[in-house]
Amino acid sequence: MPFITFREPSWDPFREMERLQRQMNRLYAESFAPGLGLWRPGVYPLVNISEDHDYYYVRAELPGVKPEDLEITVREGNLILRGERKIPTEEKQVNYHRRERESGFFRRVLGLPGPVNPEKVEAAFKDGILTIKLAKPEEIKPRRIEVKTT
Amino acid sequence: MTEKELKPKAKEEAPAKGERVRPGRVFLPAVDIFETPEALVLVADMPGVPADKLTLDLKDNYLTIAGEISPPMSAKESMVLQEFYTGDFQREFQLGSVIDQSRIEAAMNDGVLKLRLPKVERAKPRKIEVKVG
Repeated sequence: MPFITFREPSWDPFREMERLQRQMNRLYAESFAPGLGLWRPGVYPLVNISEDHDYYYVRAELPGVKPEDLEITVREGNLILRGERKIPTEEKQVNYHRRERESGFFRRVLGLPGPVNPEKVEAAFKDGILTIKLAKPEEIKPRRIEVKTT
Repeated sequence: MTEKELKPKAKEEAPAKGERVRPGRVFLPAVDIFETPEALVLVADMPGVPADKLTLDLKDNYLTIAGEISPPMSAKESMVLQEFYTGDFQREFQLGSVIDQSRIEAAMNDGVLKLRLPKVERAKPRKIEVKVG
């Protein structure tokens, strides 16, 4: 009897990974309650997401990362952060006492909490903190309803 | 060389020392410390600390580095998802070598402090010739 393997026609492992990560993010986001502490997704960089009436703000601590080594993409409700943290190698005759800082690559696909306008995304990098400001589309902004008195 | 994927690390809170007047958390910055024949070099990750909010203090052999951050969120923002805490940084080190205080150099770039502490002349290793009689 022949061994049958089933595979979807356009199966892309990377896409599958992203889908999985998105689901995980959503799961975490749903189980998160303020005051109960932090959840750790295990993907660098860690982010804080906040919002106001008009924007979502995504912040990450990336000390020592150069803006040119960072790539930010918004695609299908996801924010993708990828880059590299480089630590320059020191001249010879160096004797290390402590080495706590790490270098390497990172890539994080982050499910955004709501729809954003991909044309209106701004990123700023200051003192090693990345702030990405994503505009909410007009139609999802909360609107105040006036109550008419007759 | 750095074909390595970065893993997130939880920030470590600094042990309470004295009573702080400023509210909020204090973290220990991650550091690299290395020594060259001329100097001791300290590199510390202090994201969110601008150069003018950095304090360096060297007393006897104790070096304290401290940095203050300004609140990253504006008052009208509310948190949707929080993976890390923000706060000031502080860490103290006991130095083994005698430092020439007048030639200390400090630079703050992209949230990374680089501190060069030159050793005083007599602390530098000296090669002693052994004469064979």
